[in-house]
Amino acid sequence: MFGKLDWSAIPLSEPIPILAGLAVMLAIGGVLAWITVKGWWPYLWREWITSVDHKRIGIMYCLLGLVMLVRGFADAIMMRTHQAVAVHGPGYLPPEHYDQIFSAHGTIMIFFGAMPLVIGIMNFVIPLQLGVRDVAFPTLNSTGFWLTASGALLVNLSLVIGEFSRAGWLPYPPLSERTYSPGVGVDYYLWAIQISGVGTLTAGVNLVTTILKMRAPGMSYLRMPMFCWTSLASNMLIVAAFPILTATLAMLTLDRYLGFHFFTNDAGGNQMMFVNLIWAWGHPEVYILILPAFGIFSEVFSTFSSKPLFGYRSMVAATLFICVVSFTVWLHHFFTMGAGADVNAAFGIATSIIAVGTGVKIYNWLFTMYGGRVRFETPMLWALGFMVTFVIGGMTGVLLAVPPADFMLHNSMFLVAHFHNVIIGGVVFGVFAGITYWFPKAFGFRLHEGWGKAAFWFSITGFVIVFGCLYILGLDGMTRRLQHVEVDEWVPWLWISVGGVGVMILGVVCQFVQLAVSIRQRDRLRDETGDPWDGRSLEWSTLSPPPHFNFAVLPDVHGEEAYWSTKQRAIEHDRLADEPEYKPIHMPRNSPTGFITAFFTTAIGFALIWHIWWLVIVGFLGAYATFVAFAWRDQEEYDVPIEELREAERARRAARQAWLEQGAGA
Amino acid sequence: MNDATEQDTVDQQDSAPGEEHINDQEPAGGLRGYLIGLFLAALLTAASFTVAGSDFFWKPSIPAALIVLAVAQMGVHLVFFLHITTGPDNTNNVLALAFGVLIVVLVIFGSLWIMSHLNHAAMTPDDMIHTMR
Amino acid sequence: MSTATAQPGTDDTRRERHGDPHHLGRSGKGNDATGRGEGGPASKRIIVGYGFWIFLLSDIILFSGFFAAYAVLVGETAGGPTGRELFSLPYVGWETVLLLASSFTCGLASIATHKRRMLQTQLWLLVTGLLGFGFLVMEGLEFRHMIAEGAGPQRSAFLSAFFALVGCHGFHVGIGLLWLGTMMAQLRVKGFRPAILRRLLCFNLFWHALDIIWVGLFTIVYLLGAGL
Repeated sequence: MFGKLDWSAIPLSEPIPILAGLAVMLAIGGVLAWITVKGWWPYLWREWITSVDHKRIGIMYCLLGLVMLVRGFADAIMMRTHQAVAVHGPGYLPPEHYDQIFSAHGTIMIFFGAMPLVIGIMNFVIPLQLGVRDVAFPTLNSTGFWLTASGALLVNLSLVIGEFSRAGWLPYPPLSERTYSPGVGVDYYLWAIQISGVGTLTAGVNLVTTILKMRAPGMSYLRMPMFCWTSLASNMLIVAAFPILTATLAMLTLDRYLGFHFFTNDAGGNQMMFVNLIWAWGHPEVYILILPAFGIFSEVFSTFSSKPLFGYRSMVAATLFICVVSFTVWLHHFFTMGAGADVNAAFGIATSIIAVGTGVKIYNWLFTMYGGRVRFETPMLWALGFMVTFVIGGMTGVLLAVPPADFMLHNSMFLVAHFHNVIIGGVVFGVFAGITYWFPKAFGFRLHEGWGKAAFWFSITGFVIVFGCLYILGLDGMTRRLQHVEVDEWVPWLWISVGGVGVMILGVVCQFVQLAVSIRQRDRLRDETGDPWDGRSLEWSTLSPPPHFNFAVLPDVHGEEAYWSTKQRAIEHDRLADEPEYKPIHMPRNSPTGFITAFFTTAIGFALIWHIWWLVIVGFLGAYATFVAFAWRDQEEYDVPIEELREAERARRAARQAWLEQGAGA
Repeated sequence: MNDATEQDTVDQQDSAPGEEHINDQEPAGGLRGYLIGLFLAALLTAASFTVAGSDFFWKPSIPAALIVLAVAQMGVHLVFFLHITTGPDNTNNVLALAFGVLIVVLVIFGSLWIMSHLNHAAMTPDDMIHTMR
Repeated sequence: MSTATAQPGTDDTRRERHGDPHHLGRSGKGNDATGRGEGGPASKRIIVGYGFWIFLLSDIILFSGFFAAYAVLVGETAGGPTGRELFSLPYVGWETVLLLASSFTCGLASIATHKRRMLQTQLWLLVTGLLGFGFLVMEGLEFRHMIAEGAGPQRSAFLSAFFALVGCHGFHVGIGLLWLGTMMAQLRVKGFRPAILRRLLCFNLFWHALDIIWVGLFTIVYLLGAGL
């Protein structure tokens, strides 16, 4: 009746997962109870859960990402502290548990932390920057988000029901085959990633179509903000790379479930083919993560230097160059696996070449700052922190790109330090810069500046301490994923890095405090005009938060930096542009399709993991029925009356008028 | 949500892929296009099957011939059934297709190159004797 | 780019007026196209069609993953049956005929849709579906026969790759048939509404793309395989 599932699936004998699970369940239960008591369910259902508004979906993506970032960080704290105490001893995490933790850490951070955060920011910002009302496929957008949440739920369920994979964040066979991982751990991983992978693919299709086919009148491709270009490249990579992940994991699934022989030890299976195909996805994946961050930095450097971005077209070229070349370097993840000198050399050269694209960007950002009036507010701090850390991380990457050097450093802590360097310094700092930068647009008030700065300084200091030590450990010969340590020379560095973790924890705490304080002081931090940073692109022309239709009338774009020229003209003539002519518009209806589909896919995933075959069928029938119900609806859109447009636009104009009269544009 | 276009009017300057009417004036359009496409595809398919099973052609050339015929068949589908043209209204569609083809080529040929090298390096002396038949 | 509509002389004057003698594109070449140019957002039909096109490209890359695996594992027969022993070219030929014919009838349905002829559209869609179903039946029988002979996917890596690749295509055909049936019902109930027309456009793209993939499949798997 319940397949392989029985009461022994709950890890009652292991205190850490049980306590953690209880704590999380209490927290979730508390939140749900609070919502119920306050009577917020109708509002949440109507305005958030069934919303197809890109702004709401973007915020939910970011919320999911931040929560999972904390969960992944908790795993990291455990790993660092365990290794420090497991010297000539067992530490406090037995191997089968430690293996699950490092596997979960990587899986959660990449798939459920970084990806949702990046996709969330792209979702929120892109339609506003392009001057349109929503993405190309709003209901698909909602479905994609809820599928990602479904995958995250499955991974978290594995903590208390069953176990997680022990095969690392990329489950290499034969360890991940049924023979050597007979439990449900790898299955949890496979179905969580496949389900959320569908969600990610839909986001990719959605955003590519939006950027290429939906822009305000007058906005040609070369007048788009830089963030939209890098997002275009990133989403093109999503569309191109994620199918490879889907195919490869499907092959592993077939091996595990139906006894196929893609990667088995016997009957002709080839384990290296998994490694090859998974990294053909894996390398574009890291560019999927970093390109939007580059876009965020372009926006931040330009706005906070009070200057247009330097070398716009070379930036576009560099972005597209990185996009294409990212598909020609993947072998550098397995130089040591025996492909031979000529293959290694070719991919090593390609890897070094791709660094040129990033180099172009770094120089352009520097030249953007040069001669500008630089303001050191929190988003700019994150950007400058990125500049320093990412250059170092990139240099260690180019070092690793040299195959003979990589033979010494592959799978050492040097490698671990390198990729954390570029991911934290690049993606995480970028996400924090973006969140701080666009928070006022999303919620109508700024984040507290002082706590933001504190969070930055603690984070970057902690990061340097932790990963500086890991670089040294790598050069000293320490390999990754060690459950216990037998070398005394490494011990001081392990302990110093734990100290660095403590500093990073302070950084995270500051972020939470910043949020709480900002909410408490939101009236003082209110964004009255919609343009708190003296921005240059179209999202800053709207009120904060924008009305659900974004723009009462789609803006007419005449050059790059569409909003900047409008603003300067208003300041010059000391009056706003004429009130536009309003026309009735349609907006897409909210829909529960996404949420209900994800409910069924969670059931399908859980059922497949535990071999509850009747539930699989019920789940598929339910998902199909949901799809048909959605396809059958007669009313896809609703009218927004002219009065509502006029009212919103007049409120916006009143705010701008007040700003002009106060002597705007200092 | 798209203010201007309620009735999905025909846009001469940008076309959806697979749009039926865009090449009505050309030989590849309309019913005539489908008939020609069917005929050509059938011809090329028959040629493929003939070449594959035949003793008439020089054996080492057969894979190359089959690949060429396959590419030709795909081209016939794209032009006659999917109405892909080289007009400016189709630029986005062609570019997207080109990007997809590039990735497919990189993945397949990259994998073949890498895997053959890996397999070669992983050969046991026993395998080596067998391959040097 | 829009040379079809350019008149002699206007391009130059436009350039001069906007101070862009080297045509660097910043001042707007007057590319009024919606979607790809400066004309504002594209129409919903183009947006939906293009979005589905991008999805199809991702699907083709999915297949390329399976193709790559097949190409690598094609020789790994583990002492079991090879392609030459298993594949019957005439059988595959008939499968190809069915699928190609279904692509053609799908095109006829598209023409009928363009002319808003309900009966013709439904008729040709039905024929398309039946031909596709015939293809699936033939493929199912082929699989069953191979498994019964001990040449199932668990026998060797080559057979695993074969069943996964060909099965993936068959799975897509099956989903297409489910989609087709649902849409024929929708078409009957709702008529030629814009939303239904957009979905028919997407189905067209999907069905033709499946035939394109089949061309690659039968060439690489069956035609090349039968010769090994």
